[in-house]
Amino acid sequence: MGASAAIETRNLSRRFGAVLAVDDLHLRIPEAQIYGFLGPNGSGKSTTFRMLCGLLKPTTGEVDVLGRHLPRDAERIRTLIGYMTQQFSLYRDLTVLENLQFIGQIQGLSWRERRDRIRHSLKAYRLERYRKRRAEHLSGGERQRLALAAALLHRPPLLLLDEPTSAVDPQTRRDFWDALFELINRGTTILVSTHYMDEAERCHRLAILDRGRLVCEGEPLELMRNIDATVIEITGADLKSLRETLSGLHGVWNLTQLGSRLHALLDPETEHPVELIRAAIADANLHADVSMAEAGLEDVFVAATGRRPS
Amino acid sequence: MKGIRRMWAVALKEFRQLARDRLTFAMVIGIPLILITLFGYAINLDVRNLRAGIADQAGTQTSRRLVADLTATQVIAPVRQAATAEELERMLLGNEIVVGIFIPRDFERRLQDPNREAAQLLVDATDPLIPGIVSAIADMPFALREHGATQRMVPRTGRSQQGSLFSMRQFYNPEGRSAVMIVPGTIGVILTFTMVLFTSIAIVRERERGNLELLITTPVRTIELMLGKIIPYIFIGLLQVTLILSAAVFLFDVPLRGTLLDLYVASLAYVVAVLGFGLLISTIAKVQFQAFQLTFFLLLPSILLSGFIFPFDGMPQPAQYFAQALPLTHFIVLVRGILLKGAELADLLLPLQKLGILFVISMTLAMVRFRKRLD
Repeated sequence: MGASAAIETRNLSRRFGAVLAVDDLHLRIPEAQIYGFLGPNGSGKSTTFRMLCGLLKPTTGEVDVLGRHLPRDAERIRTLIGYMTQQFSLYRDLTVLENLQFIGQIQGLSWRERRDRIRHSLKAYRLERYRKRRAEHLSGGERQRLALAAALLHRPPLLLLDEPTSAVDPQTRRDFWDALFELINRGTTILVSTHYMDEAERCHRLAILDRGRLVCEGEPLELMRNIDATVIEITGADLKSLRETLSGLHGVWNLTQLGSRLHALLDPETEHPVELIRAAIADANLHADVSMAEAGLEDVFVAATGRRPS
Repeated sequence: MKGIRRMWAVALKEFRQLARDRLTFAMVIGIPLILITLFGYAINLDVRNLRAGIADQAGTQTSRRLVADLTATQVIAPVRQAATAEELERMLLGNEIVVGIFIPRDFERRLQDPNREAAQLLVDATDPLIPGIVSAIADMPFALREHGATQRMVPRTGRSQQGSLFSMRQFYNPEGRSAVMIVPGTIGVILTFTMVLFTSIAIVRERERGNLELLITTPVRTIELMLGKIIPYIFIGLLQVTLILSAAVFLFDVPLRGTLLDLYVASLAYVVAVLGFGLLISTIAKVQFQAFQLTFFLLLPSILLSGFIFPFDGMPQPAQYFAQALPLTHFIVLVRGILLKGAELADLLLPLQKLGILFVISMTLAMVRFRKRLD
């Protein structure tokens, strides 16, 4: 656990015309951890990311990145971060090797450094076979490994990954995360935005954003334990009718179908929630098993972002 | 019925998209307006105000009256005074004037003799239109000889005619071949088109493909990015110069009177200037299609107003001022000067400097417009 903060934001806001994309964000991101940003589309994840690496200027507020101030030291900070964009942003008409050489030169590495590091990253990211292949002919996973190798070529202490696994298969995703944990061991701080729950669960800490606001922050386990809602599981035959019956019920925030089960999120103020649900089901002449359940990260996410009767 | 509904759906969608693409919409309005203005101004075969240099060695009342009469036709506008015919020739070489009027010391005596021309017109014939216009004024009946000259019968034709007042010397393109005028300028037109198109697409393409989002998170500086972008095209531009020049000399018999080195230096200055314009366009356009449109927007006035086809001196003042902002205007002067007139760069410093200024302005604007941010 790194004690000092890699990134600190105070009152960070960004406005696009009438829309407040990021609203008064206070964040403290510890060093040498994977810090996840979870949020629906339009929640301000990408805008926050772009402000953190100097691509967008904050409307108000301050950011300290690795002890340097944004936007004042934007140019200096660029040398300290590796940024992997959501879309593949290397050159498709250049080969793997040419892309890496280009990035190495842009990052100001010497000839010797380039030679050594490119050789190393071709091996580390299993790209040796494809070094002469154009990026446009790589598979999604290979392309992603190339992008990661390029983002890390100048050995940045801070790595920003904007939805890095949105275009790859589950096995590739697993490999990718293994590579990230290896980087953590070497002291790199990693920021990753995602909307996959399983990825979010792998982060050391999580920030859940909704409509530009930070609604929830902490370690995933702690978030699940301290969920500000009651989670109830309902198993029955006629889920469609059960859902219709329960959705109007006072105190029920949200219903999610998981196969043959329903997950209900209830206002934590509700007294005797299991009994309440059972009574409602009985009133409608329906049959179902009702029990309390452990909250998953998805429940945390729904409770944090969709707190309205559905 | 359904067919019509579907067709209408496509048409309505098309209208909506057109109205939202501000640049295309501006073109819908802009192209007719700009074209009609350009053509109206540029295609002016009623040429007036040819820049003229006067060398009046006689300095008599009659010689001054001749200059005043010539000026009164409005075909020429005296802009320079010279002492000798050689000085007039040098002004022609440097494109300071297109017509020189030389009035010799013995002007008055020559006037008395109907068999001798009393004065000389020196004409820059690189544009074949100009000598025709000048000879028309030379043939005008000026009332200078009325007192001394007698009607003279020309034996061969039997026609009664007054002896010509002027002798005319055509410089640089005495045969009046239009290839000689058009081909050197074509180097410039081709370079404008290819260079501006290549560079204007260069940054737009990176933006479209997402490369830019990565590039601006790296330590690369704007100036490094901009200059790096144009270096390859400088070489491509000079290769194109070589190709067109070979065709000009071997296919169209265009003379190469100046030195090759001067020509390449002038071409280099021009290539760099148009690349600056291309970069500027690439910071304005959002997608490649807009870059195409803007390139076309630069190309059209370049062809019409630069003196490439229509005589520069024939255009009204506002059009001439506007044309100063077009690199091609200056390159036409340079390339015709070097190829056709045998001028050296020392004679052509002014257009060379103007190209340099245009490069600095366009690059500065491009760098100001291009920020290493997404907002």
